[in-house]
Amino acid sequence: MENKIRLDLSPKLNSFPEFMNTQTPELLEVKLTRHEEISPGVYVIGFRRRHDFSPGQAVKLGIDKKHPPRIYSICSGNQDDELCVLFNIKDDGFLTPRLAALTIGDTVYASPPYGTFLGTEEPAWWIATGTGIAPFRAMLRSGMGRSKILVHGVRRLNQFYFSNELAEGLGDNYHRCCSAERMDGVHPGRVTAFLEKRDDFSKDWKYYICGQAQMAVETRDLLIEKGIPFENIVTEIYF
Amino acid sequence: MEEKVPLFGKTLSELQELVAGYGLPKFTAKQITDWLYKKEVKSIDEMTNLSKKARELLNANHTFGLTEYVDVKESSDGTRKYLFPTAHGKFIETAMIPFKDRKTICVSSQVGCKMGCLFCMTAKQGFQGQLTAGEIVNQIRNLPERESITNIVYMGMGEPFDNLDEVLKSVEVLTSEWGFAMSPRRITVSSIGIIPAMIRFMEECEAHLAISLHTPFHEERQKLMPVQIAYPVEQVVEQLKTYDFSGQRRVSFEYIVFGGLNDTPAHVKALANMLRGLKCRVNLIRFHPVPGTPLHGTDEETLQQFKDSLNSKGILTTIRASRGLDIDAACGLLSTKALLNKSAPS
Repeated sequence: MENKIRLDLSPKLNSFPEFMNTQTPELLEVKLTRHEEISPGVYVIGFRRRHDFSPGQAVKLGIDKKHPPRIYSICSGNQDDELCVLFNIKDDGFLTPRLAALTIGDTVYASPPYGTFLGTEEPAWWIATGTGIAPFRAMLRSGMGRSKILVHGVRRLNQFYFSNELAEGLGDNYHRCCSAERMDGVHPGRVTAFLEKRDDFSKDWKYYICGQAQMAVETRDLLIEKGIPFENIVTEIYF
Repeated sequence: MEEKVPLFGKTLSELQELVAGYGLPKFTAKQITDWLYKKEVKSIDEMTNLSKKARELLNANHTFGLTEYVDVKESSDGTRKYLFPTAHGKFIETAMIPFKDRKTICVSSQVGCKMGCLFCMTAKQGFQGQLTAGEIVNQIRNLPERESITNIVYMGMGEPFDNLDEVLKSVEVLTSEWGFAMSPRRITVSSIGIIPAMIRFMEECEAHLAISLHTPFHEERQKLMPVQIAYPVEQVVEQLKTYDFSGQRRVSFEYIVFGGLNDTPAHVKALANMLRGLKCRVNLIRFHPVPGTPLHGTDEETLQQFKDSLNSKGILTTIRASRGLDIDAACGLLSTKALLNKSAPS
């Protein structure tokens, strides 16, 4: 049977939130106030927050104005004094090894927050892999934790970043999946295997997916197969 | 033992650096490009105007670098889909599309894709690796139709701007006098619009550009194409308006028409507004359903109306003919997911 799609998005080109910078954001010089290795090869770095932002947004970060910046989701709350991002070192990357080698007081170049992967107060599933947890931590720290179910999938147990804080904020609605190691209270296997077994997906809820492409695509397909309208699925892929 | 590095796909400047490292005369690099890109040879031993020492050095550290296709499927409309193995044990697909007096080759730039577009079969296999410039050009060099190719489009598997260095090198090999000496106006690189890479492409390359647009509305595009969150198409178009397309270089926009989704008068109006002031063309594409998507194609009447409405608003619009549908070679259908667990000869 043909599946006729009707989207009620009331789309308008000028429908961005006021804070949404629709131009290529300018890079501003900032000094690091936080530089912490929270897990082997995984860092939280931060600087004094100068702009309001909506949880889920990102900043561009660079080590100078010569090399292209990269985009990182903000992992701090919108009332926190610091604006922080989470990243892991990419072995073949240019920027992340250099960011990891910085210390507090060093200069980086950051854009104002921007992007439209925006958290809301509406009931939602938050589905992340790896460092894709960052925007959901920002949403939680910004007071959006009510009626949210978070699923975080990782390969190793030491990749459950911010797990204490997430467990405290979300209680039983915080689910962890680990594909390569086992631990009590952690679901064995991938996020998609965990979701596959669930049958409590509401068609009216929003589904936010954040992480690497393969998981995001597979999760999106799985949710669609389970009857979730695709207009209720928002996907942020870490390219 | 260290892996031998393929020579095929290297640019003249890369070869100059390479031969200098071996203490060979500088002109050796130009001799090598002649063998690689202008002559019908497939081994270093056949580069007979190189000194014996040069051939020994090259053979010790390099391969010629050509890879034959391992499978071909032919459509009832004459389109062919070739399967090539990559150096790292994966597979890619290349389409050869004959139409009237043209033969267009649709090349892949990556194994799989990271971009996750809802309507694309390649997205469903995830990302397995980048292709080298040599692996991109090999898809053209090793086709039986090579001599009669009229156009090359980077619209196969992968996002070219996510592998820009190798894509730019491949275009350099195809268009340089020392390479295949093709006109850049016969080459179109298609992207979903990664802005920093697009800016570099516009500055460093003369090939045509195609942008996958698919809807002018932000929230709707965000659902179809996750890249919209990072690089909104409004910004892509604004950036493109800063370039001069009044000459021979073209920018076009790809627009897959989904029934009941992006085929309304509101879309025509917004699209025309968005593209106003930019010399461009819109290519409407029929949607070829892929498993697991809730999308479906529009009907022919609506498609025609959509085209006519855009043309009446001054936006040059055409409908692209669907080719190779029966062998999954049509737009958005290339995928080697089924072969991911098989090993390609490396």
